[in-house]
Amino acid sequence: MGDHHHGPAQGLSRWLFTTNHKDIGTMYLWFSFAMFILGGAFAMIIRAELFQPGMQLVEPAFFNQMTTLHGLIMVFGAIMPSFVGLANWMIPMMIGAPDMALPRMNNWSFWILPPAFLILASTLFMEGGAPAFGWTFYAPLSTTYAPPSVTYFIFSIHVLGLSSIMGSINIIATVMNMRAPGMTYMKMPLFVWTWLITAFLLVAVMPVLAGAVTMMLMDIHFGTSFFSAAGGGDPVLFQHVFWFFGHPEVYIIILPAFGVVSQIIPAFSRKPLFGYASMVYATAAIAFLSFIVWAHHMYTVGMPIAGELFFMYATMLIAVPTGVKVFNWITTMWRGSMSFETPMLFSIGFLVLFTIGGFTGLMLSIAPADFQYHDSYFVVAHFHYVMVAGAVFSMTAAVYYWLPKWCGRMYNETMGKTHFWISFIGFNVTFFPQHFVGLAGMPRRIPDYALQFADFNMMSSIGAFIYGASQIMFLYNVIATIVAGKPTSDEKVWDGAEGLEWTVATPAPYHTFETPPAVR
Amino acid sequence: MSDQATTHEKYYVPEKSSMAVFATIGLIMSTFGAATAMNQATFGDGEASFTTMYIGLCIFAAVLFSWFRITIKENLAGMNSVQLKKSYVIGMFWFIFSEVMFFAAFFGALFYVRTLSGPWLAGEGEGGAWNHLLWEGFQYSWPMMQTPQEAVGGVSNQVMANMGTFTSAHKSMAFAEVDAWYKWLPMWNTIILLTSSGTVHIAHEGLLSGNKSRFNLWLGITVGLGVIFVGLQMLEYYEAYAHFGLTLNSGVYGSTFFMLTGFHGFHVLMGTFMLGVQLVRSLKAGHFTSDDHFGFEASSWYWHFVDVVWVGLFLFVYIL
Repeated sequence: MGDHHHGPAQGLSRWLFTTNHKDIGTMYLWFSFAMFILGGAFAMIIRAELFQPGMQLVEPAFFNQMTTLHGLIMVFGAIMPSFVGLANWMIPMMIGAPDMALPRMNNWSFWILPPAFLILASTLFMEGGAPAFGWTFYAPLSTTYAPPSVTYFIFSIHVLGLSSIMGSINIIATVMNMRAPGMTYMKMPLFVWTWLITAFLLVAVMPVLAGAVTMMLMDIHFGTSFFSAAGGGDPVLFQHVFWFFGHPEVYIIILPAFGVVSQIIPAFSRKPLFGYASMVYATAAIAFLSFIVWAHHMYTVGMPIAGELFFMYATMLIAVPTGVKVFNWITTMWRGSMSFETPMLFSIGFLVLFTIGGFTGLMLSIAPADFQYHDSYFVVAHFHYVMVAGAVFSMTAAVYYWLPKWCGRMYNETMGKTHFWISFIGFNVTFFPQHFVGLAGMPRRIPDYALQFADFNMMSSIGAFIYGASQIMFLYNVIATIVAGKPTSDEKVWDGAEGLEWTVATPAPYHTFETPPAVR
Repeated sequence: MSDQATTHEKYYVPEKSSMAVFATIGLIMSTFGAATAMNQATFGDGEASFTTMYIGLCIFAAVLFSWFRITIKENLAGMNSVQLKKSYVIGMFWFIFSEVMFFAAFFGALFYVRTLSGPWLAGEGEGGAWNHLLWEGFQYSWPMMQTPQEAVGGVSNQVMANMGTFTSAHKSMAFAEVDAWYKWLPMWNTIILLTSSGTVHIAHEGLLSGNKSRFNLWLGITVGLGVIFVGLQMLEYYEAYAHFGLTLNSGVYGSTFFMLTGFHGFHVLMGTFMLGVQLVRSLKAGHFTSDDHFGFEASSWYWHFVDVVWVGLFLFVYIL
């Protein structure tokens, strides 16, 4: 082997055999975008069916398959891999490392994802149809009453979990071991911090998810009775195990988004992040709390009152560190020399809409009130404010922010801003009315609804089509930038941006920081 | 900054590697094959075919073999810096942590059934309000020697749908015969596994002091103890199925018993294999020096982890 590195290999083998964190990051990002389009197409089918009351386009059974696959693909296929891709690209460049700590395993954790999703998507064409039990796959819907394709679903979840665990171990090893001299923990960019904590969460809870699906597998095929009361088990046990994974999971999704926004807001406010240390502690506090709040998803299953109270108070506590974060972002902007390029617009959009989602979360945390909200469209509105306006908006912001560094070309700012405003309006038209129909009693996961919900549902569907269409514009803008964007060679694309990633050449060379930089 | 300079010598990043792609092929073939075979067995009318799964597993095993071989060769060639070795240490630590959390899911299920849902099914406490409608006559005890289904008189008398019949064991795995205490296998297994943690430690001490023959001897003893443990565990399973009527179908007691001990047993098998590989490396290839033996060290950590899990099992599955 040569002592100096060469550029990328040519052809397909570059991507199949690569160990380069930038190549792998790119593959993660494109893969997650493809999944975003697929999951989005399913969402469009859902909204088309709900455009008017009555059965319009699809069978109820197929509708259930759509809600299930939409959720699974967006959570596991779009949002999580997109942030892993971002971590791959950015963490080594942010901490001054030559690559990820375990480069070959890095490649493997990517490559098992596409076939796993191929298997999951292929269940649509299997006898009995795809899984139709919701992305939370509660037993006994997912055991006693499941279609045969559930077995393929179980194994694809196993493979996804394996990918996440390996990816997280890699990130932990990279952050703990590969920081440049002088890059102490409390000097790390907040994106690196949030990902480190996210990786801890992933290593802790993905095995629990594996345990949950393994119990399902055993119940279905090998006669055990974990989730069957007739054998002494309990269907509610499934919900406990699932949400012990599931609640940390939603923070796994949102914490890297916090990290992205904490990079972008200071850059366009031209001020350092306000309260850096408190941001780190708040992230850690949220991560800790995420382990002791899971049963707030289950207030209505019949828990003892002591359980309801404990999980209610613990859940409300999360508002404190989250409030610290929102306060710090706003204070960072306070008296800043602000400008409003596309990444900043998406970050501010994130801040406003995520805060709304946080407040509805606080409403849902109140156990006696939740008995009314539970499994209604209010819940759907709440988590889409957090998942879409939270995670997806910040991911979009990240792409606009770092794209010039990645490819050495500037995106079209007018089109970017247009994309933001159409997304922002489309998103709110889609999900804001869902608060109202939810509070008025419309249940989630139904293909038909009572007539009084018709107007708001039509608005929702129109908004969804607008939001969906705006993503085509995003795709076009990204491709146009890569192919024919205005070349830029400024190391610092944004004048207010800080961090090691802005000290390397633009576009970022194939190998960066082969010798670590000195960090003061 | 002097120590920074030594810990930041050049970090070896392999140029490219085809192993990930082949490992993916192996993994996907084995999981897809397993799913297909299980569906054929449960839902289909044909014979279950495990061919795809076996081919996938063979590919996977071959890739792992060559992956570790390459890694070992790189280390022997001096390509691994101190910093890179630390990445392996961190990786192994968090891998073991993820395994701990996997077992936590099953222990959690056990505790939940034993302290909450089991008594509720029998009508106790706040959760027990529906007992007289659903499982009238069910009494909770642990080990559960009568399932709710049996308490109401079989599937035909049952209000809830389920996945088939659950037939309780007539004898549990708990300690019962005081006179014949020496016949109680779990006790012997505990002694064996605890001893093996000690022997692997002696082997490590031997290696650290540069005494390779002591290392080989005690590592060999450890592997032997691991094999004996797995053998006794198989004997116990045979007894359970053949004489106790305790099977996977024996309600939640059988479910938790076999899943916890089964996954643990599988991990012991893995650990024994890992330590065995290290023994072969030491004997045949003369690997490992007193300051460079991560392959052995990682396997021994894994072994200690398996040992700790067994202590939890012994307490909560067999004794309490």
